[in-house]
Amino acid sequence: MPFSLLKYGLSNDYPFEKDADLPTPTELKRHYDVVIIGGGGHGVATAYYLAKYHGITNVAILEKGYLGGGNTARNTAVIRSNYLTSEGVKFYKQSVDLFQGLSNEFDFNIMYSSRGQLTLAHTDATVRSFRQRTEVNKHFGGKTELIDPQQIKELVPTLNMNPADMPILAGLWHIDGATARHDAVAWGYAKGATQRGVELHQLTEVTGVTVDHGKVVGVDTNRGKVSCGCVVQAVAGHSSIVAAMAGIKMPITTYPLQAMVTQPVKPFLDPLVSSSALHCYVQQTGRGEIVFGGGSDPYPLYNTRSTLDLKESLLASAVEMFPFMANLKLMRQWAGITDMTSDYSPIMGLSPVENYYLDAGWGTWGFKATPICGKTMAELVANGGKVPDLIAPFAMDRFDVFRQVNEMGATAASH
Amino acid sequence: MKLMTCPLNGPRNITEFVYGGEVKEMPNHKACSDKEWADYVFYSDNTVKVIQEWWFHSPSGYWFIAERHTASDEILRTYDPSELYQDRVDFEQGENLQEGRA
Repeated sequence: MPFSLLKYGLSNDYPFEKDADLPTPTELKRHYDVVIIGGGGHGVATAYYLAKYHGITNVAILEKGYLGGGNTARNTAVIRSNYLTSEGVKFYKQSVDLFQGLSNEFDFNIMYSSRGQLTLAHTDATVRSFRQRTEVNKHFGGKTELIDPQQIKELVPTLNMNPADMPILAGLWHIDGATARHDAVAWGYAKGATQRGVELHQLTEVTGVTVDHGKVVGVDTNRGKVSCGCVVQAVAGHSSIVAAMAGIKMPITTYPLQAMVTQPVKPFLDPLVSSSALHCYVQQTGRGEIVFGGGSDPYPLYNTRSTLDLKESLLASAVEMFPFMANLKLMRQWAGITDMTSDYSPIMGLSPVENYYLDAGWGTWGFKATPICGKTMAELVANGGKVPDLIAPFAMDRFDVFRQVNEMGATAASH
Repeated sequence: MKLMTCPLNGPRNITEFVYGGEVKEMPNHKACSDKEWADYVFYSDNTVKVIQEWWFHSPSGYWFIAERHTASDEILRTYDPSELYQDRVDFEQGENLQEGRA
């Protein structure tokens, strides 16, 4: 990379990148070995690793809208691994490791920025749970520390140490915490996958799933029927609806999640700061805008509308944490659709239908898992349904045997 | 501000209410299998349509049922649970608990 920069910096013409864009769309084939429903980050990552590590390239990604246009573009781009359970920490830690190498791997800048994430504790109970999370994280090789108010003050001088009359007692300082450009992650994976022969079909909506003797054999789309060896469902906010086409009922409830950004200001906030007691997290993007996010809406809905109630309560908390923000103006606001499971962990792996693999229940934590989820889902598909150890605890049937993986307390803004 | 009509108190701000989950047929908790109970507790159709759901008016401590569309968020009807349920389900103490006490 640096050599080419030097070379072309001194020459008059810049090399025209022939494969800068995605390949032009083709007709759908009659058969694919693997059909991936959903062209978001998880779907394209799965296709990428299938092609790269397993040599499986007769793959179609069917996307009803456009590449990365759903919840991949609606999250607040937080990358972290400071969860509570061993299963969770082990999984997300590998994701952080993969994220760190993605720009190099794609030869495309995903703007990965390792700024650290700070979660604030306002009660003794939270401090105790932070202690546990610190130890679990360290055990699995993550960089997480419990820090005191003085250290917090040094790290974030603009923070009000007594927000909403709830003094900050300690902080969970997750040094590996990072952010990246979410669109770029989807683009990088899509480019890498299509270069290796995977077909990405945008504006192609799956309208039905054909199941024969308990086994998936094909899908119907608005562009015709396709037969397939297996299906990977990675549709984020619409998991229950798509799974129902295959006759699968899921342990999921769907809620909107609202977020917003302010006008850009000078850089003042390096780490990502969140408080579960105030149900709010705050970060400053590379462009200077401040992103606010909180918990999901209080009741289920399939709608990306915004409500004044949630805006008001979220911003009241943000202004408590950083009082000077009261003078800023909001620039944009939006909502995503989140698939919440009752234990706040995802669902990955097998389904009651043979060769129909699920990647769902990603609630508010899907973006940060994109690389490792794609990698392990690819492994699952390539091995014909042998579940990799890493994702075995996240099988859907954990609910049938009451073996949940409880991550409720480890969400950035508890719900 | 979105309003919801409480059958007991009339129209109120929706922030006064707490969502209590879909109205589902509860299996007999003494006789059903683990899978049936898990189905009842965790699984849901979770689709786009008008559903019946439990809501709680927090200031007055009153549970009722609402019919709401899960995409348009339109609340079509709210009513007292007595329209659907005549009896309370009796969760008498389990045998283990009684043994523990003795």
